[in-house]
Amino acid sequence: MSNIAIKVENLSKAYQLGDIGTGTISRDLERWYARIRGKEDPFLRIGETNDRNTKGNSDIVWSLKDLNFEIEQGNAVGIIGRNGAGKSTLLKILSKVTAPTSGKISGYGRIASLLEVGTGFHPELSGRENIFLNGAILGMRKHEIKRKFDEIVAFAGIERYIDTPVKRYSSGMYVRLAFAVAAHLESEILIVDEVLAVGDAEFQKKCLGKMNEVSKGEGRTVLFVSHNMHAITELCTKGIVLDQGKMIVSGDIYKAVDYYQKNQTQYLSSSWIRTAVLNSPSFTKIEIQLEGKQPHLVLNVKFEVNSLSNSAPAFIALGIKNSLGGLILQAYPSLDQFIQFNGKANAYSCQISLDHLIPDLYSLYALLGVSESEVYDWVDNQLGFEIFEPPTPERTIPYHPQHGSIIASSRLT
Amino acid sequence: MVNHEINKSLKNWEILPSSKLFELKLKEVWAYRDLLGLLVRRDFVSFYKQTILGPLWFFIQPLFTTIIFTFIFGNLAGISTDGLPKPLFYMAGITAWNYFADCLTKTSTVFKDNAAIFGKVYFPRLIMPLSIVASNLVRFGVQMILFILMILYYYVNGAQFSISWAIILFPFIIVLMALLGLGAGMIISAMTTKYRDLAFLVGFGVQLLMYATTVIYPLSSAIEKYPKYSWVIEFNPMTPIIETFRYGFLGEGSFSWTSLGYATSVTAVLLIIGIIVFNKVEKTFIDTV
Repeated sequence: MSNIAIKVENLSKAYQLGDIGTGTISRDLERWYARIRGKEDPFLRIGETNDRNTKGNSDIVWSLKDLNFEIEQGNAVGIIGRNGAGKSTLLKILSKVTAPTSGKISGYGRIASLLEVGTGFHPELSGRENIFLNGAILGMRKHEIKRKFDEIVAFAGIERYIDTPVKRYSSGMYVRLAFAVAAHLESEILIVDEVLAVGDAEFQKKCLGKMNEVSKGEGRTVLFVSHNMHAITELCTKGIVLDQGKMIVSGDIYKAVDYYQKNQTQYLSSSWIRTAVLNSPSFTKIEIQLEGKQPHLVLNVKFEVNSLSNSAPAFIALGIKNSLGGLILQAYPSLDQFIQFNGKANAYSCQISLDHLIPDLYSLYALLGVSESEVYDWVDNQLGFEIFEPPTPERTIPYHPQHGSIIASSRLT
Repeated sequence: MVNHEINKSLKNWEILPSSKLFELKLKEVWAYRDLLGLLVRRDFVSFYKQTILGPLWFFIQPLFTTIIFTFIFGNLAGISTDGLPKPLFYMAGITAWNYFADCLTKTSTVFKDNAAIFGKVYFPRLIMPLSIVASNLVRFGVQMILFILMILYYYVNGAQFSISWAIILFPFIIVLMALLGLGAGMIISAMTTKYRDLAFLVGFGVQLLMYATTVIYPLSSAIEKYPKYSWVIEFNPMTPIIETFRYGFLGEGSFSWTSLGYATSVTAVLLIIGIIVFNKVEKTFIDTV
């Protein structure tokens, strides 16, 4: 295996559902008895796939089942899947945090895994002390950290606070420092789990840039799990789609992202990209982000349009649907700026005020068109967001979309 | 730019469901030696951060315990101290016992206490119990200073005691206490990941065990008063350790090679079992903890 970095063979991992602890002694004895008679483990045989929507009869679920794949050296691979598809389990096994139930992984090269940012940070210790401690936990030697120390501090941008206990850091500084330590690990294989979900946009960009440098510049192998399709396509060249512990698609990243986006109906993400190239005027990328505080939330929609030909200027309409699928409001940004098509990609952003919206799962659709009858493009059931806070903080009535999605501002006198 | 130092031999790796029964991974532990040092430093520094007395706290606990023991067991109950000055007698027992007890209790919750770290990053798990033993050694060292100061004080005041040849066994006794605490602690830690009941037992079990060890009374008077039941105390591997400790520093105590040999074999057995169980649990505990 000259250029294979990771080879996964028949990998399976079973988890026990429910209460661990009651009845485990008798179960352990039963297992042990089966083993000394040379029989199969009686509790593994009855395992089921990990589908949370159906109630199974067995206490054992397979988080991963007979997984087989190979990753070549220098590839950046994105692992995509819904929550519970087995992504994190796979990363945990690869990071040696937990052992597989059966199967085997072999590979070449030192693994640095970043399942969490800032593991082992001690709040009482200073930034300097934590850099050393965290670096050592991740597997660095002291002299190695010393050599990289200035670089780490510069990347995190916390020179002034280096001798302050990290408990006094802002959460942003904390995350920056933690990522900086991990990003400077020297390893052949880098495993990253959704750590970019934290930190501000600028820092996320910096992290992505660093990871890009690692994979493309230094030729290291990167495994990256994220729900951010945009980040995944920026960084990765290959993609693996997992569903219920099995591999569904493996190959080109755009193929994987495309498959995933087409097949996810219940789990909506905050970003969407078009995987095909269209000749007509169309959206190429949409990202949404919820900003502000209840009752004055604002949905920030950033999108890019693209056209290879010159077309008539267009308008957009954005609609928001609640979890029952009902359209609750539409936004028509003013027309003093038409969307122009000049053969280049154009980026726009639009703020929609979502005053007094109840806690629920919402989905967004976007329409690009010239008139009611001439629609250029239409993106639906791809993007979603969730509101957790109620609009009237002192009232904790069970909000339900059947009773309306908008709570009118009202006052008792 | 790849660092070839740490995992030179681990370049080609395999991840398999279960490991060999007895696998120390000492090479890996050695590669992570800096982490061990930094963890000890963390424990020490974070112990006294934002306290006024700082490391002095290490003194206060054994000092007050000694005072209380002197009043209650020495004066009120009138338990013999083999003719030694009472505070000196108790201090010797408490210092040694504390080291063992701290090693045992802290090691026995190592999986539970470190679940957050263990769940996110891999390093040889043995590092954690080793760092506990080493951190406690620092604490023990500080408390030994107090003990030695007390010895000097009583020596200047002409108290009846003498340092014996057995003091050369002191390093060996430290290692023995550390390994005994480590071995027993690892067995308990491995079992508590599944059955939490043991965690409750350790809390008061260690306290009770102290009374079955010769911390507050000499072995000689226990044998004298309860010839029928003193075997419980003699079976306790910590008894010969503390007796040797006292014999070395104060010249009084029941020292015998046989009982010290017995303590050593118990330690060895517990340590081997501890490592086996620890290694077995280490791989999957994160799913059950």
